[in-house]
Formats: sequence, structure tokens, C-alpha cells
Amino acid sequence: MAVEAPTGTGTLPQIKGVKEVPYDELFVSGHRTCQGCESALVMRHMVKASGPRTIVLGSTGCMYVANTTYYSTPWVVPWMHTQLGAAGSAALGTAAGLKVLMRKGKLAREKINVIAFCGDGGGADMGIGAISAALTHKEYDLLVLLYDNESYANTDIQLSSQTPWGAVTTFSPTGSERRIMHTRWKKNVPGMLAAGHPESRYIAAGCAAYAVDLMNKIRKALEVGGPTFVHTLDPCPKGWDYHPQYSQELGHLAVEAGIWPLYEVLDGVVNLTGPTRQIAEGRKKRKPVEDYLRRQGRFAHFTTEDVEHFQAEVDKMWEEWLIPGVIPFTIPQKDVTLLNIDKKKPLHATA
Amino acid sequence: MAVAVKTTETSDVQTEQLMTGCEAIAEAIRLADVDVMAAFPIRPYDTVMQAAAKLIANGKLDCEYIVADGEHSQFEIVKHACAVGSRVFVGSSGVGWFYAFEAIAVTAGLRLPVVAICGNRALDDPGAFGTEHNDSLAVRDLGWLLPWAETAQECLDLALMAWRVGEDKRVSLPVAIGLDGGFLTHSQQLVSVPTKAAADAYLPRFDLGDRLLHPDNPITIAPQVDQDWLMEIRRQNDAAMRRALEVIAEAHADLKKLFGRGGDSPFLDEYMTDDADVVFFGQGTLALPMKVAIRRLRKQGHKVGLVRLKWFRPFPTDEVVRSLSRFKAVGIVDRDYSFGSPYYGGVLYNEVRSALYSRDERPTIVGFVAGLGGREIDQTMAQDIYDKTAAAAAGGLAAGDQCHWIGVRE
Ligand SMILES: Cc1ncc(C[n+]2csc(CCOP(=O)(O)OP(=O)(O)O)c2C)c(N)n1
Ligand code: SF4
Ligand SMILES: [Mg+2]
Repeated sequence: MAVEAPTGTGTLPQIKGVKEVPYDELFVSGHRTCQGCESALVMRHMVKASGPRTIVLGSTGCMYVANTTYYSTPWVVPWMHTQLGAAGSAALGTAAGLKVLMRKGKLAREKINVIAFCGDGGGADMGIGAISAALTHKEYDLLVLLYDNESYANTDIQLSSQTPWGAVTTFSPTGSERRIMHTRWKKNVPGMLAAGHPESRYIAAGCAAYAVDLMNKIRKALEVGGPTFVHTLDPCPKGWDYHPQYSQELGHLAVEAGIWPLYEVLDGVVNLTGPTRQIAEGRKKRKPVEDYLRRQGRFAHFTTEDVEHFQAEVDKMWEEWLIPGVIPFTIPQKDVTLLNIDKKKPLHATA
Repeated sequence: MAVAVKTTETSDVQTEQLMTGCEAIAEAIRLADVDVMAAFPIRPYDTVMQAAAKLIANGKLDCEYIVADGEHSQFEIVKHACAVGSRVFVGSSGVGWFYAFEAIAVTAGLRLPVVAICGNRALDDPGAFGTEHNDSLAVRDLGWLLPWAETAQECLDLALMAWRVGEDKRVSLPVAIGLDGGFLTHSQQLVSVPTKAAADAYLPRFDLGDRLLHPDNPITIAPQVDQDWLMEIRRQNDAAMRRALEVIAEAHADLKKLFGRGGDSPFLDEYMTDDADVVFFGQGTLALPMKVAIRRLRKQGHKVGLVRLKWFRPFPTDEVVRSLSRFKAVGIVDRDYSFGSPYYGGVLYNEVRSALYSRDERPTIVGFVAGLGGREIDQTMAQDIYDKTAAAAAGGLAAGDQCHWIGVRE
């Protein structure tokens, strides 16, 4: 049997601070995204982290339609469109093709990063099945990046399973009879994927407001090999209704209010990162969700009770979940010993 | 690029084996050294995936074999594998084919030479396993090349041709071979299987050239073009489809030279037509019962024959016109339907009529919808088809008498 293409070649070391971030831009001018678009920033960080030996597959959505126009492509790396629900399959097909062609000697052997990105609509809704399937194929090296602007943004801001409870979208307006049309709580995508795909070695949640942390997560995902997944929360001035200059600030607030925990799951071990770790360690106090909600027009119709409900759900995530932001289950007291689960003790010696 | 093929004794380059249509396709997959295939279960096409899996398990084929989570993924997987330079194979049937529809559409738009089979099957609802051509035909306007096979031998030959024609830079379009469900996917016949060396001589290596998606060739594939460029791109696809006719003719000529089969015309297979007044026209395994009927009818003194269409897309308009203009009447047998279409005819019926419209010399056309859902076309039905076509040939066609459903219980 021929040797397989190499994985984990150590060419993508962790970045130790902003001064170490690669200078080269592989996502350049030419895109037409809104001012303050954090998803576009995710794209830039993503390929900065991966370097030039990368193939990017991009699902339909703002990062295709607004971002990748004929004659003015911003991509310096090879790039190909894929369908709205096809990020997982695009990554799988590309990775499988490269692997077999290298094995058969039809293509020069080298490590080529395969990254397929999708929005929350494309990834958390339509394409979740294909992403799930891709994450079970441990024989292929691929990364699926879900950029989550919390709506079907490109089609004019419709709610997705990632839109926060109560938010106004064009499919969930507020009106005289119904203040709140969108009554579903945000689906826990990275947690679900981490729990359900034991052979995916790396799954992480990041945010472009913490750029170095995000780039390092991308690098780890590509370095460990096999199928991996990174989910980013991207403030979107158009969909969230705020002035574009506050995008970074809103990213910080989402994390600091504990709404969007930053973490990674490497080989089954959960590691909280950035301010999320500081909150968990008690070194930082969670900000009230109101500080975040009141900055955005999509929550302008919220009453005090709505804000309280939102706060209560986030509190529950921090106080009752088995692992805040990751695993929602709780254990009956009588079974804590039985299952050897004691939140005060690490589950893994190395954690 | 035309491929130079040397003439040899055809028996030196192939051996005969008994196999089904789907197994014959699997043999072609092995001979073509397919790199990536994606499978998902649906009858009747899926026996090809079973046969290919066995080839891999037995070390006869080195290929990434991905069992997808659905047909949409199946077709997306091979599409993307193709874009990085892999030779690929995929397939489906009936509602599975429709589940993949989005991926099927974009594959043609992208000009990626994916080779597929469609094991033709009736669409739900209600459920039926048997042959109907509406699944394949649904993609007829999108830029897929659509040949139909009659025999297991033709399955193997068409598959080799499919990679050769589809991957040819003059064409660069996907190909979906139609195999009648059950009648062809599952029936065993004797098949001459080429040696690997002979297949290699016929089928050059796949080379996407400057369209390869690779870090050394950092192109952007399928950016948003909007109204600025879409018409020019569609026009290029149209030109590729037009060029496919000549590339098919070349591939057919070389196949004939190398393996000694394939008939006179790449596009039509004629049976007992030399002196015929009336012919049946159709595609796929329909030829079998119709040939039996023709032999029987000829014993009774009727001058009847068959013209079988081998490629539905590109539609060989000139060949069809040239052939059919020789006859008094043509009975077109559709194993499909097109509800609400002109004269309530099938797809083939309306395509052929359209092809003949502007010609001075044209036969009377009678349409038949028969054998849906895999219903066997028996000799009573064949007789009925003949009687109605012959009557039209003799006395013209009454209005409202252009299309008939055959063998339907009232
Ligand atoms: C199969 C399919 N259905 C619907 C659409 C229409 N559509 C285009 S972009 C888009 C929004 C996608 O939302 P998301 O994945 O969240 O990306 P975003 O636009 O927010 O960046 C939709 C619904 C499509 N392109 N394909
Ligand atoms: S709508 Fe939102 S995601 Fe889309 S380009 Fe504008 S800011 Fe970016
Ligand atoms: Mg979105």
C-alpha cells in the first residue's frame, strides 16, 4: 500500500501574539461586503492562518455573492463556489480527490489545506447533514468553517437556526399583534458536532474580535489533520442593525456577556479560551446580556421581561450545563458519583 | 484531441463474460481507473456501486469510495473531486436523481466532466421500481450529455465513451448514461470486456489543464457573474454541446476500429429499415420487444423497422431528420410522459416533431406512451402501436389522434 499524503507537517505553528501574524494577505481588495462586515474579516484571518497552499471552497451566501465577483475576486488562493448546503461534501470531495491523485502519483505529493466555508444558513440548517457526514471521515484532511452572522444575510436577513431568540429579521418582524415572531433558541452547533463526532480531532468556537485566538484555532484544525470544524460568531451591521464601527466591540461583548463562549475541543478535551476562560476561572465577571442586546436594532423591541428571559437562558448555560456553552446536559445528584462526574475535578488528567 | 487508435484483431484485446448492465459499467469503472466515486442506495442503479465496491475489496480498483449521506452530497462530492483533477463516477435513480438535482445542475454549469448513470426508475408518488425515463430527461436542458444503452455491452462501451467525450477539452461536459431499470441494470448478457491496455489506448488520461483547482493554479471558479456575463458563459456551454456531436462521432469510430462494434452510426441504431414504410422510434431496451414484433410483422408481409436513438443529448437532429424522412410514418414510443405538453405527447415525440418541422420531406408522426413504471411492452401492445402507425401512414392522421397511451386499463 502506498504512503498517504502527509498530515500535521508542523508548517503552521501557533501564533504567539499579534506581531507574529503573517504579513501576507491572501484575501485582498475586490470584495463588496458591507462596511464593518466581520465575516469578511474571518475570511481574511482564515487564509492568513492557512497560508498559500490552501484550496478554499465557498458556499453561497454573503461570502460568495457579495464577496467573490467575476473580474474582481479577492482570493489569492484557489477558490471554488459550492452550493448552499454543500460545504461538507465540497470539502470531502476535494480532500478525497487530492488524496487519491497523490497516492496514484497523478499529483505531486504535498500537504494542501482544504477549507470549505459556509454561513449559518448553509451550515447550521441546510448543510448540517453533509458537515456531520464529513466529520466522520477521519481518512480525509479538511476543515469546515461556519461563519455565523446569525441570519440568512445575503437574501435580506431572514432568521436561521442561529438567529438569537426574539431577534427581528425580515421573516420575524415585530408588529402590533406580535412583538416576537422568532421564538426558537439558538442551536448549539459546535457543541453538537463535538459531542456527536468522536473521530473529529478538533472542533472550536471563535470570533474575529479575538483575531489571534481565531487564527490559532484555524491552524490547529489544519495541523491535527482529519476532518475538523470551526464556528465563528460574526457581528453583521446590516442584519444586527448597528453602526459598522462597532463590529469588533459587539464581538467582544458577545463573548464577555457569556453568550458566545470561546473554546476548542481537541481529541475530546475541552479547552476554554480567551475571556471565556477568565470568566470560568472567576477572574472576570460576565457582563449583563443587556449591554450586548441594547446595542443592536434587532433587539430594540425587547421589553425588560424579554431581556430577563435572555439573561436567564444564558445564566442557565453557565450555571447548569455540564460544560458551559458546550454540553447542555446536567446530571442528577445521585449519579454524579456513579458516573464519576464531579465538575470540580478535571475529567481528563491532562485537561 | 483525436486519439490515434491502431487496428488490431479485436479478439486480442477483449474477453467475453456474462454480466448485468450495472456490472458492465463497473468493469468500465475499473478500466477507466476511476479516482473518486460516491455511492448512496436506491434501486435499481445501486448494483453498480455494489459491483464497484467488490472490485475495490478484491484489489482490482484503487479508488476513493465515499458512501454519502444522500444524493445531493453524492453529486457534490464527485463534482469537487473532479475539479481537482480526479476522474469520477456517480449515479442514481428516480427520486434519488431528483434529490441531487441542484448538484446535477451546477455540475453542467461548471463544465466538469462527471460521468454518471441514471438507472431509470419511475418517480414517486406512488412508488414503483420500474423503468421510466422522466428522471434522466428532467436534466435534458442543463448541459448533460445523455446517451441511452440497449444492452450490457453498450453500457460498457458507452461508459468508456462517456469519459472520453466528456473529458475532451472541446466538450468538457458531464455525461449521464440511461440504463432501463431492471431490464438492463439487472439482466445478464454476454459482454466483451477490453483488456486494460486496449482501454488505455482508447481512453486518454484526464487532464483539466488550466482549469485545475490547485495552489499552483490559483483560479477562482464560478464567481458571481450576474447579468454582466451569464449569457456569454451560457453561449460557451452551448458551443461545447454542439461540438460534442463530432467528438462522439470520433469516439464511436475509434471504438469500432479497436473493438469491432457499435454499428454504422454513432447516434442511431437502425433495424430492418432498408425497405420499411413504417418504423418504431424510441430509446433504451424498448428495442427488444419491438424487434421481436418487427420479425413477426415482417413474416406477415409488413414493411416495418426500428430506429433506436442512442444519444438524446446532444440531439442528433440531422441524423434523425435524414433517417426518418425516408419513411411514411413513424411511431414514437415514449417511456416517459410530459403532462400538458403539445398534443399531450411524450418528450421524444415532441423533440422529434420539432426536429422535423422545418423539413419539406417529413413522415407522419404518431406518439405513444407505453411501458411506464417498468410495465413490460408485450406483443399485443407492439401490435397496437403498429396498427395505429400503419393506419396513419395509409390515411393521414385525424385531429386529436396524435398520441396514444398503450395498454392502459380503463
Ligand atoms: C439551495 C438554495 N436555496 C436558497 C438559496 C438562496 N440563498 C442564497 S444566499 C442565501 C443565504 C445564506 O445564508 P447563510 O448561509 O447564513 O450565509 P449569509 O448570506 O448569511 O452569509 C440563500 C438562502 C440558494 N442559493 N440555494
Ligand atoms: S449583510 Fe452582514 S454578512 Fe453580509 S456583507 Fe453585509 S455585514 Fe457582511
Ligand atoms: Mg448567515
